[in-house]
Amino acid sequence: MTGPLHGARVVELASLWGAWAGRSLADLGAEVIVVEPPGGHFTRSFGPFVDDQPHPDRSLWWWYYNASKKSVVIDLASSGGADDFRRLVGSADIVLEGERPGKLASLGLDHTDFRARRPELVWTSVTSHGRDSQRSEEPWTDLTLSAASGVAWLNGYDDHSLPPMRGRGSQTIQIAGLHAALGTLTALVYRDASSAGQHIDVSAYAACNVTTESGTFVWLVAGETVQRQTGRHASVHQTMEVQVQAADGRYVTTGFPPQEAKDFRVLLGWLDELGLRESCPEAFFLDMGIERGGINVAKESADPVVMAIFGAIRTALVYIAEHLSASEFFEEAQRRDFQCGIIFSPEEAFENPHFVARGFPTPVAHEELGREIRYPGAPFQMSKSPWAIQGRPPLVGEHTESVLGRG
Amino acid sequence: MSSETVDDGTVGSALGHITICDLSGQLAGAGSTRYLAAFGARVIRVEDPVRQGRWDILRGVVPHVDDRLGIELGGAFNNHNVEKLGVTINLRLEAGRDLLRRLVEVSDVVTENFAAGVMAKLGFSYEELRRIRPDLIYVSNSGFGSDGPYASFKTFGPVVQAVCGLTFGVGRADAAPAGWGFSYMDHMGANYMALAVLAALVHRNRTGEGQWVDMSCTEAGLGLTGPDLLDYTVNGRPLRRPGMPDSNHSDQPAMAPHALYPTREPDRWVAIACRDDEDWSAFVGACGEAWAQDPGFGTVAGRLARQEELDRLVAGWTSSRERDQVAGELREVGVPAAAVAMSEDRIEHDPDNAAWGLFPVVHHPEMGDVRVDGIPVHLSETDWRISRGAPLLGQHNREVFCGLVGLSDEEFGALQDASVL
Repeated sequence: MTGPLHGARVVELASLWGAWAGRSLADLGAEVIVVEPPGGHFTRSFGPFVDDQPHPDRSLWWWYYNASKKSVVIDLASSGGADDFRRLVGSADIVLEGERPGKLASLGLDHTDFRARRPELVWTSVTSHGRDSQRSEEPWTDLTLSAASGVAWLNGYDDHSLPPMRGRGSQTIQIAGLHAALGTLTALVYRDASSAGQHIDVSAYAACNVTTESGTFVWLVAGETVQRQTGRHASVHQTMEVQVQAADGRYVTTGFPPQEAKDFRVLLGWLDELGLRESCPEAFFLDMGIERGGINVAKESADPVVMAIFGAIRTALVYIAEHLSASEFFEEAQRRDFQCGIIFSPEEAFENPHFVARGFPTPVAHEELGREIRYPGAPFQMSKSPWAIQGRPPLVGEHTESVLGRG
Repeated sequence: MSSETVDDGTVGSALGHITICDLSGQLAGAGSTRYLAAFGARVIRVEDPVRQGRWDILRGVVPHVDDRLGIELGGAFNNHNVEKLGVTINLRLEAGRDLLRRLVEVSDVVTENFAAGVMAKLGFSYEELRRIRPDLIYVSNSGFGSDGPYASFKTFGPVVQAVCGLTFGVGRADAAPAGWGFSYMDHMGANYMALAVLAALVHRNRTGEGQWVDMSCTEAGLGLTGPDLLDYTVNGRPLRRPGMPDSNHSDQPAMAPHALYPTREPDRWVAIACRDDEDWSAFVGACGEAWAQDPGFGTVAGRLARQEELDRLVAGWTSSRERDQVAGELREVGVPAAAVAMSEDRIEHDPDNAAWGLFPVVHHPEMGDVRVDGIPVHLSETDWRISRGAPLLGQHNREVFCGLVGLSDEEFGALQDASVL
């Protein structure tokens, strides 16, 4: 089986903001040719590195964003290079680039010329703030974009003398890249119906702005600002803590407490099984909750008894978590239909039997190192046209000769 | 060929020829069909009349535009369901399940984000759906996918983020996780779900085949921890190790200074990232402090070795200034810097978001005119449009069941009388 984009050719100018889009299109089966400057793209200098040895072909950052692609080295500033690029674009269904606005036009390589000649071409530009913004001329990083877009404001601790927190993993780059892939596929579906290509202008900043959930809609609807809290949603009003350190020192999240009487019975039964009912003072409120036939916090938040019961459910879950290992708490809670979670580190999730059973860890041959390396697998399983890693990331210029037809 | 080959009704809209029977909800599901609806897809959101659509916990809950409360007045629900049509079907009744079958017959895509197995229990497994329409695309988005030891486990955004390793990656060194202060994976899950729909449509266009896309939201999330996972599989270095996650600093790539620094006003912060020694020289020039001249800070290795001290010194400089002043002065000399924006800053006072049209106004029959999230891509020929608010419960029953499915007025009336709608 091949991916849905099998047979399509994508020419990608290596970039920060477009990298994940190229990887997505490649895993969906397109032939993605990433064009790098001589010496390789600067993101090949991003760590971590294989065996901690910095080298353009050993950057694990590059690996993750560029697996499944082919690499062609072209110096766009040279006249021969510009011609090579024109020829490549002439063979492409899709062009993907993240150059600062005006850069390609100054080299005589603007999308408008290409599209005038080939109206079926789909051309996707991913910049920090969109093609028409002055700010796309400025340097932006994952950190500064997280800050400016409102993403960082939402994460952090109850203690506001500590700064808000960025997430690891270049998430703004992934957000931008995913939207670039979405826009590109939207244009492809339209092209299938009409034969018409188009230009797609992607703003990483706009993408992150609309990846803030209540950080945006609470302001838009109610004009209120949510405030960060440890381990739970930022909120206008402080909410109860949900994150607990389990008996083995690891953390769990108690999720959204159940409110139905049957859940209270299950929770009391769980306390009984563990021999904790006597020592758990909240058990009394759980009984009250059963007598009331459950609670509805959305409707009854003004009733102090209801809120006491609601608080008791959470406290009882916390109490149980403090007496179990994080894994036991998570699995036992879920078996009782409570939507609780465990805070795995990425490698713990990766090795967990569930993800292994689904085939998520994906071996990729790295014959250049004589090794087989496990990569994270597909974000979704397509039964007829799978998302699949097409091969290891390319060495600098590995396919220059085979793609351009010369050395 | 030109766009003349497209049916009249679809010109100017990228997905106007696509009909989606949407059983999804919350943000993780509704967010995906919202994107497709903005590009013109006919998204028919199916809700339960008996519980007034409450399986979607966002229906009717905060935030609200004013003091009125009610099932039609939830602000988040409106945001996540713009441009969709709303129908009600009581799937407990055989007549309701028959009606859903007829709706599936005229749909290209079925989307849902119930817990794994719920659709099968309702009588709509993929096998059954395929019998109704062989080229149907069925996209399910559950917490853990359709099989595996955790398949029956239930999730919402924060649980997905916790289990997949993303929560672990947000916080100070050697401290409790701060985690994401919002349902990041509802957004990303929704985006991947939309990507799955589009990818399956492309495949159907090429081959005529439909398919089932089984999405596990935790897998989509685990995939977003890439370089950290490869550091583990290649170098054997787990992220659970001393000094981690330290997420405001940067080891991928190595940068310093790289943090959110305090400014003159309480709880107002500025992000500064010196990518390399050139950025550092520019920073030294802009800041003009004597300590910055220390040659030991001249290289990234030197700055990383004394990162705590460096952070203290930089914070000393930023603490007496306004966040916009610091960010402006540094960006002027080419150093990446930005104020940590609060909601109001970026929604009300930002020329880029205004020029983009990022927060369009929709009209909702009961809430009135409300601003909502826009789409962060602009297509030159078939751009998105968001102007209609979320549907009321069953608002489009007649339009969909008579107009699209083809029921007669008598059949429609009979279904109403039998409380199927």
